[in-house]
Amino acid sequence: MTTLTIKPISMESSILSESPSTVDTKYKMIAENVTVSYGGIDAVKNVTMKFKEKSITALIGPSGCGKTTFLRCLNRMHDMTKNAKVTGKVMIDDVDLYSKEIDPIYHRRKVGMVFQKANPFPTMSIYDNVTAGLRLNGIRDKKILDEIVEDSLKMAYLWDEVKTNLKKPAIELSGGQQQRLCIARALAIQPEVLLMDEPASALDPIATQKIEETIIELKNDYTIIIVTHNMQQAIRVSDYTGFMYLGDLIEFRETTKLFTDPKNELTSKYVKGHFG
Amino acid sequence: MTNFNLNLKKKITSDKIFKLAATLAGTYVLVIVVLMAFQLMSESYPIWEKEGLSFITKTDWNAVEDRESFGVLPYILGTLTTSAIAMMIGVPLSIGIAMFISDAPPKIGVPLGFLVELLAAVPSVIYGLWGLFVFRIYFRDWIETPLHNAFGDNIWLFSGNPYGLDILTASVILAIMIIPTVSAVSREIMKAVPQQQKEAAYMLGATKWEMFKLAIFPYSKTGLIGASILGLGRAVGETMAVTMLIGNSTGLGAIPSSLFGPSQTMSSVIANEFVEASPASVHMPALIGVGLVLLLIAIVINVVAHLLVTRMLKIKEGAINN
Amino acid sequence: MNSIQQKRQEYRSLFKQNVAKRLLVDKSVRVIVFSCVVIAIIPLGSILFEVFKNGLAAISIEFLTQTPGAVGSGEGGIGPAIQGTLIIIGLASLLGVPIGVMSGIFLSEYGDNAFARFVRFFNDVFMEFPSIILGIFAFLVIVLFLGHFSVWAGAFALSLIMFPIIARTTEESLKMVPVTYREAGTALGLKKWVITFRIVLSAAKSGMITGILLSVSRIGGETAPLIITILGSSQFFSSMDTPMDALPLRIWRLSLLPYDSAQLQGWGAALVLIIIILGINLGVKYYFMNKKSGLFESIIKQRRNITK
Repeated sequence: MTTLTIKPISMESSILSESPSTVDTKYKMIAENVTVSYGGIDAVKNVTMKFKEKSITALIGPSGCGKTTFLRCLNRMHDMTKNAKVTGKVMIDDVDLYSKEIDPIYHRRKVGMVFQKANPFPTMSIYDNVTAGLRLNGIRDKKILDEIVEDSLKMAYLWDEVKTNLKKPAIELSGGQQQRLCIARALAIQPEVLLMDEPASALDPIATQKIEETIIELKNDYTIIIVTHNMQQAIRVSDYTGFMYLGDLIEFRETTKLFTDPKNELTSKYVKGHFG
Repeated sequence: MTNFNLNLKKKITSDKIFKLAATLAGTYVLVIVVLMAFQLMSESYPIWEKEGLSFITKTDWNAVEDRESFGVLPYILGTLTTSAIAMMIGVPLSIGIAMFISDAPPKIGVPLGFLVELLAAVPSVIYGLWGLFVFRIYFRDWIETPLHNAFGDNIWLFSGNPYGLDILTASVILAIMIIPTVSAVSREIMKAVPQQQKEAAYMLGATKWEMFKLAIFPYSKTGLIGASILGLGRAVGETMAVTMLIGNSTGLGAIPSSLFGPSQTMSSVIANEFVEASPASVHMPALIGVGLVLLLIAIVINVVAHLLVTRMLKIKEGAINN
Repeated sequence: MNSIQQKRQEYRSLFKQNVAKRLLVDKSVRVIVFSCVVIAIIPLGSILFEVFKNGLAAISIEFLTQTPGAVGSGEGGIGPAIQGTLIIIGLASLLGVPIGVMSGIFLSEYGDNAFARFVRFFNDVFMEFPSIILGIFAFLVIVLFLGHFSVWAGAFALSLIMFPIIARTTEESLKMVPVTYREAGTALGLKKWVITFRIVLSAAKSGMITGILLSVSRIGGETAPLIITILGSSQFFSSMDTPMDALPLRIWRLSLLPYDSAQLQGWGAALVLIIIILGINLGVKYYFMNKKSGLFESIIKQRRNITK
C-alpha cells in the first residue's frame, strides 16, 4: 500500500488558474475556512469553496470524506445536530449565515435542500407539502398558492403526473415521485441556492434520469450544489466538481478538467476507480 | 456410543422441562386474569341478582339492614370527573414538559427528566398526606376561596363552600401524579419522529415551534392521544391520594355537583368501606361489583391507549419502508 | 429569461415580513414550555421539603422501634409498621420474583410466536390494573379460600403488582444480550437452560436487578391492597394469621386522626418510607448510570480508533 500525501489545494489557485473571467464572476455562495467537528473529531477541515451564480457544483469523494457534512453547513443544518461544532463563514450574497448578529431564519429561506431519502410530510397532501414553506412565510391567498404550486411542480417535472389529484396524500406517490415532490417543495420557497444530497441515490435508473434532467433545467435559475457518489452523474450534470477526502478539499475545478486531467494524484486515483 | 445416546436424551428432556416451566410462567398471567374475572363476577353476583343492571344506573348507597340499596353511578361519575379534570390539567403540562426535554441539551434535559420521573416514585399515600396537610391549605385559601367568592353565585362550577376536600383538589393532585407517565411516553413518541422530517421543516426556514407544528405533532398525534389515555388509565385506578382528598361523600351526595363539592370514586369507596362491610349483607358484593365495573373501565381505557401508541409506531415503520 | 426572474422576485416580495413575529412566538413557546417543567417540579420539591421538615421532628429511636401509643397521645412509634413493610416486601418478592423472571425468560427466549405476543399483551394490560382490585382478588382467593385471615393475602396482592413489571424488565434485559452469546453456548454443546441461566442471565444481571429493585420500591409504597388484606395493626408481627401493619397503612390511619400528634407521627412515618423508596430509586439510577457511562465511553473509544 503506497502512502499518499494529502495536499489540499486552495480554492484560489485552482479556480483563478482555470476560469476565464474572474473579475466580473459573481459568486452566489462562498464558504470560507469551514471546519466541522463532532466531539473532537474533525469531519470537515478548513474547507474554502466559492460557488458561481447559476452553476452546478458537484461534490464527490469516498464514503466518510465529509462531503455531506460540508453540504449541510451551507444552510446551517448542523444547528440540529447535538455535539456538532461549526467554525468559519458561509456567505450568501455577502451575508455570513453564521454571523452572530443575524438570525439565520432570515437567510435560510434563500437556500433550499433536497435530502438523500425523500422525506415528504406524510400526513399532508401533495398540495400541502409544496405550500408548507409558503404558509410559514405568511402567504395565504389561494390563487397565489395554486400558482406557485403549479410552477414548482412543473419545474420538478411532476406536474403532469399529479395535476389531476393534488389532494392525494404525499406518501402514496412512488419513491421517484416523492423525491421530485421534495424538489418542488424546496423550489416553492423561491430559493436562490439549491443543495442536493445524493438526490437520486435511492431511485431506479429511469427516475434518476428524470431527476438529472430536472437538475440541468434548474441551472438556468438557481445555483446548485450536489453531493454525489456517482462520478458519471457528476460528469453528466455539473459544471464544477470538488473532490474531498477525509475532510479535506483536495481539488476543485471545472468538471471536465478534473476528470480528464486531475492535478492531484489522489484525485487521479479516485476518478480512475482505484478506491472509494 | 451408548453413553452418547443417553446424554442426548437427557439434554432433550431437561430442555423440555425448562421450556415447559417457562411456558407455564408465561401462562400465569392469563390464569390470573381469568381467575380474577371469574372471582369478581361470582362474588359480586348477589348484588347483580338483587339490583340487576340498575346497579349501574342507581344512585343510592344504603348499607343499613333491611333497607339495603346500592348503585354505582355516583362513583362512576366521580371517577370520570376527577380523571377528566386531571387530564385537562395534566396532559398539556406533560406535553409541554416532553417538548422542553426532547429539545433541551442533555446537560439540562437528563437531570430534569430524572426529576420528573421521580414524581412517579412518590407513593400515593404520601401525595395524599402532603395534599391533605400542605397543598389543600394553600389551594383552598389562594385559589378555591377567591374563585368561590368571585363566581360562586353565577357559575355552578364554583358554588359550594370550599373546604379543600373536594373534587378539584383531588383532581389537581391526580394531574400531578399522571405527569410522569404521560410526559415520558410523549417524549418517546416525539423521539420516534424521524430526523428527516424535522430536517425538512428546518430546511423550509421554520422556527423550533413551527417545526413542532409541521413535523412532530402531525406525525405523533395518534401516539400523543394514546399517551394521554394512558394517563387517564392511571388516574382511573388511583386510590389513596384521591381517598384522602375527595371528601368521601356517598350516594346522592357523591354525584359531582360543583368543583368545590365532595365526591367519591369507585376505588376510594372500596378502600373506605370494604373492611367494615359485613359479608352477610349485600354490602360486600356491592363493593366487589364496584370493583368489577372499575376493572372493566380500566381495561377498556388501557387497551385503547395501547393500540393508539403501538399504531403510531407502525405508521413510522410504514413511512420508512416507503 | 428575465420574465422568470421577475416572477421569482414577485413571489419573493409576497413573503410577509413576519420573521420577527415568528421568532417572538417561538421564544414565548419556549418560556411556556419551560414553565411547564417548573410547575411539575415544584410539587416534588414541596413534598420532599415538607416530609423532611415535618418528619424529622418525629424521628427518634423510640419512634422507630416502639409500638404506637394510645390514640392521640403522641407517644409510641411505628416499629410494627417498619417491620411489617419489610416482611411484606420479602414475602411478596418470594412470590413475585421467580414467576416474573421465568415469565421474562419465556417472553425473551421462547417469545417469537403468536402465543407469546398474546401473553405479552396481557402482561402489559395487567400491569395497569388498579391495585385495589388486586387487593380484592387476593382477599377473595386467599381469605375466602383458606377460611381465615392470612398475611399471605397481602403478599400475594403485592406479588401481582410485581411480577408483570419484573417480566417486562427481565425480557428487555435478556433481549439486550447479543444473540452471539447464545450461539456460542450452543456451539459448545450446552443445554438451553444452562445457556440461559449461566450465560445469558449473568450478562443481563444488572438490568434484571434494576427491574426487581424498582418493582420492590413500587410495592413498598402501595397501600390500597394492604387495607383490604393485612388490615394494619398496632402490634408487632406475631403470626401469619393475624393482621399486620405496614408503613403506608400506618400513614393513612394516622392521617385520619384529628390530633396534631398523630399528624406529626404521620410525617415521621412518611419520612421513613420516602427514604427507603428514594434510596432504592436513586441507588438503582446511580448504579445504572455508572454502568451506562462505562458503556458509553467504550463506544466513543471504538469510534475514535476506526476513523483515525
